[in-house]
Amino acid sequence: MTTPSRTSRRSGIRGGEAASGWLFTAPMIILLGMFLVIPVLMALWVSFSDWNGRGSPFAGTVSFVGMDNYSALLGGGGLAEQDFGTALRNNAWYVLLVVPIQTMLSLFLAVLVNRAILRGRGFFRTAFYFPSVTSSVAITVLWLFLFSSTGAVNKLLSFIGVNGPNWFNDPSGVLHNILRVFGVTTGPAALTGNSFLGISFWEWLAGPSVAMSAFILMAVFTTSGTFMLLFIAALQNLSGDVVEAAMMDGANGWQRFWRVTLPQLRPTLFTVLTLGLIGAWQVFDQIYTGTQGGPGKTTLTPAYLSYQTAFTNQAWGQGAAIAFILFVIIVVFTLFQRWLLAERKVSARRMRLYVQTPTPGGSK
Amino acid sequence: MQRRNSRWLIGAGLTVVGALTLSACGSGSGFGDTAAPADGELTSDSSKGLTVLIGSSGDAETASVNAAVDAWSTDSGTEAKVSVASDLNQQLAQGFAAQKPADVFYLSTDALAGYASNGSLLAYGDQLANKDDFYPSLVKSFTYDGDFYCAPKDFSTLQLIINTDLWAQAGLTDADIPTTWDQLAAVSKTLTTPEHVGLAIGGEYARIGAFMAQAGGNLMNDDNTEATANSAGSVAGLDYAQTLLNDGVMSYASEIGAGWGGEAFGKQLSAMTIEGNWITGAMKSDFPDVKYTVAELPAGPEGKGTLQFTNCWGIAADSPNQAAALDLVEQLTSKDAQLTFSEEFGPMPSIQSAADDWKSANPNLVAFLDGADYAKGVPNVKGAADVVSDLNAQLESLKTGDAQAILDSTQKNLEALLK
Repeated sequence: MTTPSRTSRRSGIRGGEAASGWLFTAPMIILLGMFLVIPVLMALWVSFSDWNGRGSPFAGTVSFVGMDNYSALLGGGGLAEQDFGTALRNNAWYVLLVVPIQTMLSLFLAVLVNRAILRGRGFFRTAFYFPSVTSSVAITVLWLFLFSSTGAVNKLLSFIGVNGPNWFNDPSGVLHNILRVFGVTTGPAALTGNSFLGISFWEWLAGPSVAMSAFILMAVFTTSGTFMLLFIAALQNLSGDVVEAAMMDGANGWQRFWRVTLPQLRPTLFTVLTLGLIGAWQVFDQIYTGTQGGPGKTTLTPAYLSYQTAFTNQAWGQGAAIAFILFVIIVVFTLFQRWLLAERKVSARRMRLYVQTPTPGGSK
Repeated sequence: MQRRNSRWLIGAGLTVVGALTLSACGSGSGFGDTAAPADGELTSDSSKGLTVLIGSSGDAETASVNAAVDAWSTDSGTEAKVSVASDLNQQLAQGFAAQKPADVFYLSTDALAGYASNGSLLAYGDQLANKDDFYPSLVKSFTYDGDFYCAPKDFSTLQLIINTDLWAQAGLTDADIPTTWDQLAAVSKTLTTPEHVGLAIGGEYARIGAFMAQAGGNLMNDDNTEATANSAGSVAGLDYAQTLLNDGVMSYASEIGAGWGGEAFGKQLSAMTIEGNWITGAMKSDFPDVKYTVAELPAGPEGKGTLQFTNCWGIAADSPNQAAALDLVEQLTSKDAQLTFSEEFGPMPSIQSAADDWKSANPNLVAFLDGADYAKGVPNVKGAADVVSDLNAQLESLKTGDAQAILDSTQKNLEALLK
């Protein structure tokens, strides 16, 4: 990979390749630099400055304030910290539920519509994909109607005797509600007495609010189609002989899926999880067009908080700081996930499944 | 290894290029500061027309403002163009950041402090010819750091809206219109049936705050210099609201499936609501069959009290033609202009000299204007919007919450803003 490729790149007939490579990629590099790298660096500067939204952030009147904006968010003890903690709590629950559910659902749908014997495959593929191509604003409006207190969802629930909640106006946490059924209304002192980022551990463990749950359902509904498409493409790329070999070895359908198909889907799984994580941490448009953080700040997300802090409250540095903390969170999660899915040597315990263990007292 | 090195080099190269471009922006002319004229003097570059940015409530308001601005433009010979913002705060912020803001614009009380503190606004209030005609409480709402920044455009107060049919059905007469807290609780109880609740309001400070005012409290003092959120009066107001909620005679609009008090009232989910005069427009267009009357809110232990909401006409400090802008604003806040606005889309004039004309034109809505005498403003210090939205979040669970604790946390947050 090192020396040979280097010499071949330099020598003779291929000598101009590097130059033309740069030439052809230059427009994109310039565009990315102008509209992505530079603005990001500008925002980074704003997050370390006291820019107040008037004129250039590089004017002489704007000064460097170090970590002030960050420390107000991460340990200021004021409303900024509390709001940021609330937003992180809400979004963490959102990610925790949306990412696994949408991945599993999209894989399930992909396997379903990939079966050759299924009639009308084309129809089902289109039907499942359809929510993904509809604008998220339109879907949000639809959701607000469906989940209103007298909406279709509550009508359906009433048929089975369930008195549906007032979805988008209910700030109570789902986990807290479940605990309440068992008579637990306040947490132990260890949880209520101690806090992280301005909100108590008991509040961290509230679960997504009922309003947020409706958004979680919506995210799963709208994104599963896209990821289904990725999984279908991957499934169709798998060669049939491995599965046939597994069949010959006597693996049943369940085993073939878990031990043969799924491991081969690992690269796609990585893509889906990464895209899912990024998308779920950046949820913004649903909140902006839907609830604007309410009820009771339980649908506030860092992306929306960043917008609100900068544009509504004129705290530009703090808004930019939120955006960069969010950036770090996403990077950390992606790296963690990459480490989790990395190809590893088969563990000894797993190995036993594949290697025939020599029978004691057998041939020596 | 080699490849990794070259990738790192590209990254570093881009960063350097980026940094260089950035520093070029800083010293270059593109983003630089423009020279401002000396204090007190207005810019008057008459070669430039004026741009007016408004956040319109609908076609009626847009047409009305357009007509008024056009009329001024013809008289003065200065061109002026009205544009309707889809998101006023964001468009203002963009304009200020680029130093190309609209010359004249709508400005809300909670946005005032932010823009005033960063120097985006022209503090022209004292130069207005009709300065003394504005209601003093409105002037206070637009005074920041001792400077009267902008002319109040119009205003609204909260009062009690009563469904006259349901009122009569419950056997109540005009003599029963509540004037005290006890009476309000009593008629609310009479009006509460399985089909509808007696009183429904939005579960937020901007409605419940009226109770706080009636008990002598509010989030801040009248001059917005001191936080009074957890004063005895404020707590008493919240306690009263809590009692009504727990007795089942008052509900939040959201609890009974309505977006706001006006919707709950229009759908007859409640017999009374507490709203501002904007409700008249909604009733006319969405619920024309519901008959209602407007009464003053009952007095609390400390007398009458309500909240007022207002916007002003902001003028940008960066405007090249501030003199013309000031002239336009004087025209737009004149008695004739305000009465025309009121007729066309319903707000109440912000000047006292128009009060009598307005009252005779709107005999059913007199209670709203009477509120001007004792209405309290909402806090206008920088960051107050955040604190109020935090308070609103807590008020959603007022039923089970502790009024003192809720207001204590609001007090703490407001005090942090005043430091």
